[in-house]
Amino acid sequence: MKIAVSSMGESIDSLVSEKFGRAPYFVIYDTETQKSYSIKNDADKLEHGAGPNAVKKIMDEGCEVVLTGNLGGNALSAIKEAGIKYFTQMNPNKKVKEVIEEYLAKLK
Amino acid sequence: MIISVASGKGGTGKTTVSTNLSFLIENSLIADCDVEEPNVSIFLKPEISKKEIVTLFYPEVNKELCNTCGKCSEVCAYKAINVFKKSKSVFFMEHLCHSCGACTYFCPQKAIFEVSKRIGIIEYGRYKDVSYAGAVLDEGNIKAPQLIRELKKRIDKTKNIIIDAPPSTSCSMVAAVEDSDFCIMVTEPTLFGLNDLLLAVDVVKKMNIKFGVLINRFRENSDFENILKSKNINIIGKIPFDIDIARMYSRGEILVENPKYRDVFLKIYENLKKLL
Repeated sequence: MKIAVSSMGESIDSLVSEKFGRAPYFVIYDTETQKSYSIKNDADKLEHGAGPNAVKKIMDEGCEVVLTGNLGGNALSAIKEAGIKYFTQMNPNKKVKEVIEEYLAKLK
Repeated sequence: MIISVASGKGGTGKTTVSTNLSFLIENSLIADCDVEEPNVSIFLKPEISKKEIVTLFYPEVNKELCNTCGKCSEVCAYKAINVFKKSKSVFFMEHLCHSCGACTYFCPQKAIFEVSKRIGIIEYGRYKDVSYAGAVLDEGNIKAPQLIRELKKRIDKTKNIIIDAPPSTSCSMVAAVEDSDFCIMVTEPTLFGLNDLLLAVDVVKKMNIKFGVLINRFRENSDFENILKSKNINIIGKIPFDIDIARMYSRGEILVENPKYRDVFLKIYENLKKLL
């Protein structure tokens, strides 16, 4: 399973981004390989529709779960349509690694 | 000739100015472009002779023809249409769509066709010598700029057009004042009035529209005029702060029908003519 986290930087040690559609990066963690990589969110250059565009990117990466601070209205309707699980209110003072670990711990 | 009446701050007297001027200007047509809260007809009380429904085109996808290539989403400047390749679905968000037709045009599969949907109405009428056209946006709809542009497209251009613009400096205000020969900016002598006026002045300057400021609820011995003068803003008139004007307004009456106030507006119109 792939988990996408909105992130301020490219690494799993970067801080979580409160914003989803206009997050600088998404860090994607694969629970099977236990490896992570990041994608740059070019939606920050879009004037409109950054949310749905970000959902599209995450979906194209094959992610099933999104962890973020806050989902905007457009992003929310797109993510529901895409059928991706989402969890908001992630603490922006935490690292991407930490919120992934916390999420996985709750699954057990 | 097109004269628009805008303000920045709401409630400064745009409709009072536009309706009253429409009685002084010959061969006039007043167009209510404040489509979200139209109120010209309350004062003008026109007899409505015609109503038209305004529609916009929106894309609709034929799922059997669509191969989720993603071209539509790529060309959409507003990302109103998105293709999720994994789930093979096309997701359309109407409120982001600007009805440009790019997705339909560029779809290699010809899987997108356009359907028209209602956004509001335009009504036409007249009261005495004044022609009236006003648009009303449907409740919950957000396509105000498109409806305003449609109204301006449909009105009789042989008339002298007075546009009652919406307040603020939003897309709707820009749509209402664009292409006008002159913009009257109505303000009130308060800090709120000044702040929002200056924002709106920046907008019309950027649009290269000639403008002049009209001070409503004007009181002698205030330094409001000097503030505007120090910013090189042209003042084309003043409407006094007068309880009788407020009374007439609250009864929905036209001020120029009263000789006392007819002169106030005649003076404004004379100043306006010099600047046109």
